[in-house]
Amino acid sequence: MSGAVSVHLWSSLTRFTDGARVVAVEAGTVGQVLEALSGAYPGLEPILEAGVSVVIDDELVTDHHSAVPEGAEVYLMQRIKGG
Amino acid sequence: MSKTHVTTKVNGDTVEFLADPRASLLDCLRDNLGLTGTKEGCGTGDCGACSVTLDGTLVCSCLVLGVEAEGREIGTIEGMAEDKELHPLQRKFIEHAALQCGFCTPGFLVAAKALLDQNQNPTEEEVRYWLAGNLCRCTGYDKIIRAVMDAAAELRGEAA
Amino acid sequence: MAKDGLTEFRLVGTRPDRPDGLDKVTGRARYGADISAPGMLWAAVVRSPHAHARIVKIDTSKAEALDGVKAVITRADFPEGLTGEAWNLQENTMAGDRALYDGHAVAAVAATSAFVAQDAARLIEVEYEVLPHVIDVDDAIKPDAPVIREGAADATVPEGMPPNVVRYMEFGHGDVEAGFGAADLVMEKTYKTEATHQGYIEPHACMGQMGEDGRGEMWVCTQGHWFIRKMCTDVLGLDPAQLRVTPSEIGGGFGGKTTIFMEPLSLALSKKAGGRPVKVVMTRSEVLRATGPTASASMDVKIGMTKDGQITAGRAEFRMQGGAFPGAPVDFALMCGFAAYKMPAVEHIGYDVLANRPRAAAYRAPGSPMGAFAVESLVDEMCRELGLDPLEVRLKNAVHEGDKASYGPKFGSIGLEEVLQATKAHPNLLAELGPNQGRGMASGYWFNHSGDTSVSLAISEDGTAQVSVGTPDIGGSRASIALMTAETLGIDYEDVRVNVVETGALGVNEPTHGSRATFASGKAAVMAAEQAIGEMCRRAAAKWGIDPEAVEWVDGAAQPAGPNAGKFPPMTIAEIAAKMSSTGGPIAGHHESVPEGVGASFGTHVVDVEVDPETGRTTILRYLVVQDAGRAIHPAYVEGQYQGGAVQGIGWALNEAYIYGEDGRLQNTVFLDYRIPVASDLPMIDTVIVEVPNPGHPYGVRGVGETGITPPLPAIANAIHDAVGVRLRSLPMSPPAVLAALKAKE
Repeated sequence: MSGAVSVHLWSSLTRFTDGARVVAVEAGTVGQVLEALSGAYPGLEPILEAGVSVVIDDELVTDHHSAVPEGAEVYLMQRIKGG
Repeated sequence: MSKTHVTTKVNGDTVEFLADPRASLLDCLRDNLGLTGTKEGCGTGDCGACSVTLDGTLVCSCLVLGVEAEGREIGTIEGMAEDKELHPLQRKFIEHAALQCGFCTPGFLVAAKALLDQNQNPTEEEVRYWLAGNLCRCTGYDKIIRAVMDAAAELRGEAA
Repeated sequence: MAKDGLTEFRLVGTRPDRPDGLDKVTGRARYGADISAPGMLWAAVVRSPHAHARIVKIDTSKAEALDGVKAVITRADFPEGLTGEAWNLQENTMAGDRALYDGHAVAAVAATSAFVAQDAARLIEVEYEVLPHVIDVDDAIKPDAPVIREGAADATVPEGMPPNVVRYMEFGHGDVEAGFGAADLVMEKTYKTEATHQGYIEPHACMGQMGEDGRGEMWVCTQGHWFIRKMCTDVLGLDPAQLRVTPSEIGGGFGGKTTIFMEPLSLALSKKAGGRPVKVVMTRSEVLRATGPTASASMDVKIGMTKDGQITAGRAEFRMQGGAFPGAPVDFALMCGFAAYKMPAVEHIGYDVLANRPRAAAYRAPGSPMGAFAVESLVDEMCRELGLDPLEVRLKNAVHEGDKASYGPKFGSIGLEEVLQATKAHPNLLAELGPNQGRGMASGYWFNHSGDTSVSLAISEDGTAQVSVGTPDIGGSRASIALMTAETLGIDYEDVRVNVVETGALGVNEPTHGSRATFASGKAAVMAAEQAIGEMCRRAAAKWGIDPEAVEWVDGAAQPAGPNAGKFPPMTIAEIAAKMSSTGGPIAGHHESVPEGVGASFGTHVVDVEVDPETGRTTILRYLVVQDAGRAIHPAYVEGQYQGGAVQGIGWALNEAYIYGEDGRLQNTVFLDYRIPVASDLPMIDTVIVEVPNPGHPYGVRGVGETGITPPLPAIANAIHDAVGVRLRSLPMSPPAVLAALKAKE
């Protein structure tokens, strides 16, 4: 299962996406979203590899096998931890 | 460096050890006698985690040499509960959640007991100033002060 | 059952004695330095006296010749060829070609006593070629600043940035310029915060043992022993499964014990000393010079506001140095800065900059206090300019569930409105203020975090339960996890024992960080208990000869679910447990996941101060913390987190700072000079626990550890302004700084 997903990037990543802040990818899972991004925009790969937080429809999702519903709003953020 | 034989009393028991002349009383308690309840937080007399009594006087054991213990009487946290009964301060610290990590707790208890031994009715301000030489980074002191005040009330025979 | 915020629980929300309390008031609890072992050696570390220097030569021959010395190591004893974070960790553990900060380790020795080790360390001769250094973040970001390390920038840094910028970020949404255009007042100011230290009272300590075969053990005070295991084995090129790490009791961490500093040295020394255990205990000076303080920050903030207090746009450009390695929490500072406000348009820009200081570690809500200091100070300045009540302005702009967060996604369930309303209703706001007294308020935010979590639970033969968790107990988490487990199983609190277990006993766990222990280990413990309950229901069903689906668990016993299931008396956990070996064997439950459903926590603080115009000294008269806990499992330890966080923030605001000399050396390396708040500095810290349950946790827990350090920095700056009319935009607001501001005003 995969469908169109819009991914919101933080704006300094737009250097790697020809200026686009929201990019559409075909993906069914979080892992596929990240792979699709790296495939379409190789400049993003080291940043995604280093680790990002993925938020789908306001829920932080850590499992890369998690399903991404068609039409979902996906946000990439700097990875969150804490003290 | 050759070592010095020291005979002293700790929590009422006579003990002997060989002290390096450079070793602090804190080092000797912890490393020679295995009494690790007394903690080192700074080694410079600023944090109070190593508080013990020496002939009844509250001291930082990191600022006393081990050889100075010769012929003296030392009180540590390990001797605070008598006959398996916790001292009221120990009970009140647990009851009031006056410890989080617990590392500064032995020093606070020894210091607070030294206060209550001489003043069973301290004001909040007196408790705060007496304990100003004991650092706690977890609690913000609020619950510690309450526990000490409550223990004092119990020792005076007042219902909390 | 109902975990809806309305139900009264039997145990959750009560205040029993913590299970480790007795050990901790009698001196029995064993912390990092409280261990010893047969054949144990003591270590001492040689550290750079220079902020930045090339290491020309290290001569260890005299030290090696000293009687009692069993091993001396330098960087030459570590594997080569590491990259990325593993290299950063190794380089910070032991300097390579260059010492990068005052206190950077350059050699270490293990000997038969602590004194011999210290003597030997003094015999190690290091020849340095001193290099130019840079300490301040605004100096370090200059194009011509001394370069800390070529090629350290990651892929986020565009071409042409100054050489010490190693990470760069921009994010935001909306039309910021249009937002400023629609405002009645636009203000832009620059704020600075200094580096501070977590200041845990227990210095780092460990005892490591490593054989020639690469198998070893470690005892260590840490927030996370799996992190220690991975980092140590990465640095030393070892197999993580062969290193067994046992956590001691921990004497405070606040984020500073989530990484390694001298731990690999104990293993490397042990290996070189024929496998004898080696104990390493830092002095306080070593802790301040060579562990992980927080970053220092220089921040420009611009806000647009209408005359009735509506925020129209915000812009933040933050520069942070986190020492000689990447990782200053500039990203979190930006993400938290505007989090309490609905932002129609917002722009964030951040620079992570290298400087010749020790590598920053996490410190309680890393980054958030800096961001709050800048944003919450400026909001207060604008409220004053417009004659508006700062609490009403915060309510007017407050974010709610479903609002788009300043940092991008939509908020789930949050309780900011409830926190602000509870603040408004508090009697402290009615207290009268005298001359030179003032009141300030500010809000703060932390996301909270989940992370790898593995918990196991076993039912004993008498129906009591033991829970094994991998998150060290820093502030009462054994109590909160026991309460939730007992609540779920339907047994007494005293019948649950929670053990913090070593790396060999569970799957990987992230540390006790990110306010996650009660949330994540607690949620996993509840799920493990539910698994055990499922098994106990199956055992009862088998005895009764009914379908397991027809059995339910009520008040610590299995019973038929409804009249159709059959008529059997309830079977208690004790009865089921007594028969377990003849009904299928041990009964246990376990849970491994990255628990989802993290709930964020907002807090608001109100402080009353008095400023002495003669000395510039600020006294805290009253202090109020209001924060959303989701649900307080053990309210006394939730209050403790609020109070402790607030007082760390008070220290940061008023007094604490890393002070460097012209030579780049840290000048305040003992607690006398790095002065943290003491009991006589403070009043009682008033708390209000707001409970807006987190729907992502079975008992509504959000996590409460971090948010509380955030609001004090701006709240106190705002109060000082209210008291004496001067605005301090740099920390610390120490007596000389306040006095200088008062003089400048005259």
